[in-house]
Amino acid sequence: MIDLSHLKADFPVLANGVHFLDSGASSQKPIPVLEAMDRFARTSYANVHRGAYKLSVASTDAYEAARARVARFIGASDPREVIFTRGTTTSLNTVAFGWGLEHLGPGDRILATEIEHHANLVPWQMVAKRTGATLDHVPMTDEFRLDLHAYEQKLGPEVRVVAVTGMSNVLGIMPPIRTISDLAHRHGARVVVDAAQLVPHSPVDVDELGADFVAFSSHKMLGPTGIGVLWGRMDALEETEPFEGGGEMISDVTLFEATWADIPHRFEAGTPPIVEAVGLHAAIDYLDSIGMDDVLQHDRELTGVALERLSDVPGLQIQGPTDLEDRGGVISMTMDGVHAHDLATILDDEDVAVRAGHHCAKPLMRRLGVAATARASFYVYSTEEDIDALVKALRRAGDLFGVGS
Amino acid sequence: MSLEDLYREVILDHYRSPRNKGHLESPDTVAQGVNPLCGDEITVELGFDGDRVAEVAVDGQGCSISQSSASMMTEAIKGKTRADIEALTQRFRDMMSLDGEVDIALDPERPGAVLGDLEALQGVRKYPVRIKCASLGWNVLLEALGNEQTSNKH
Repeated sequence: MIDLSHLKADFPVLANGVHFLDSGASSQKPIPVLEAMDRFARTSYANVHRGAYKLSVASTDAYEAARARVARFIGASDPREVIFTRGTTTSLNTVAFGWGLEHLGPGDRILATEIEHHANLVPWQMVAKRTGATLDHVPMTDEFRLDLHAYEQKLGPEVRVVAVTGMSNVLGIMPPIRTISDLAHRHGARVVVDAAQLVPHSPVDVDELGADFVAFSSHKMLGPTGIGVLWGRMDALEETEPFEGGGEMISDVTLFEATWADIPHRFEAGTPPIVEAVGLHAAIDYLDSIGMDDVLQHDRELTGVALERLSDVPGLQIQGPTDLEDRGGVISMTMDGVHAHDLATILDDEDVAVRAGHHCAKPLMRRLGVAATARASFYVYSTEEDIDALVKALRRAGDLFGVGS
Repeated sequence: MSLEDLYREVILDHYRSPRNKGHLESPDTVAQGVNPLCGDEITVELGFDGDRVAEVAVDGQGCSISQSSASMMTEAIKGKTRADIEALTQRFRDMMSLDGEVDIALDPERPGAVLGDLEALQGVRKYPVRIKCASLGWNVLLEALGNEQTSNKH
């Protein structure tokens, strides 16, 4: 097994012994990320792309270096294809409103999936309502995988865009984006990937992925909150209108109209998250120093250990596949007779931090036939001891509620 | 305060066997509430005999705290007047309030323990994120009473 246990010391929050199993919601930040932001804010901070003075130039250089670093991390050949946003949700809304409002109309179809996070579903509902396009969904199989056969049947010339997750924040599955993209492109549809879980946990090369838009957040990949990325293939970005207007995104403005700045700046209205970009840069350096192959492998090995140790906890059901194929480190659980929130409270009493609720995926909860799940999710600092604590706490919950007695 | 103080046997009993669960044949008033953060749902139906709640039914789904609180609530309000119920609700809210001294002894049998079984819920105060769970049914109850008042005006 890959041993990353030495990394735990880099994460100050974990020093108090909490078994933090909620990285799917947001990850902890290692010291190098905190220090990079602190150092930058103390020495080099100013607004970007404006001042002629040295400090602003240094700040702009750092901000643009972060863009180039993100591009290299995801295999984007052109850093201009990397747009900084507030996070995955803003990235996806930029596509839905910036691209969708321009290219969708009555008779067109938006194809999302049953397993989407609300962030890749609700914007499309809003855009469908405004444009008269219809919304359809790829179902999930009873084996917790996307039904690719149904997907192929739902494709057609009227499908203009496919919105799909790169890794489910509930089930942990990683749908085959390459296959999904190739099929969509055969029908001329654009593909938008919610990669909020995928990019932090798996090597990603946007060329190999084959999608047109890829959205992710810094805070789920050891970086700070407040910054995320929208990567778009250049030809897809060229047919996207800015979603927000304001400073920084214009070329010229009169009292009545404006022309846009070049890509990517036209999509970055207002002062961007500058310190946060520096933090994201440091987070990527940190992840690359581990190696994304090892990050994925470590998650997967821990998931295997967890699934095995959870399998004999009385009354516990895994809401997701129990094999490790195309699966990341997210495990959703329900326990017969114990609601997810009670599970989370009892686990918290044992210093095991998990998320309980619908995970912003209410349609998927309905499909699973549950109101809520308790979810454990792993990252580079997670260890087998965390899993042991989880299993012990789950058994205590079962005992307290008399499960199986 | 330990976990066992939160999950007292009486709470688990109401969770496993909720009282007055389901629907009334012809309720005078109905209200529904959801906690959007966690998805817990509760519907309260009331049937009146003059000013008194003669019948009450609760339906819903959610955690042990929200569902047991609603179940205990139905037992506490049956036969009570509107004024009684409003006083009871205030009492319950005081019990859940984070500031304020614990002036209600843990013994539900002691004189003045008007909340009966419900007093078992005071452990919830030590788990602030769960206070919303315990309060959901009561908020819906007040809404149901409000609906009834509104419809009486017509």
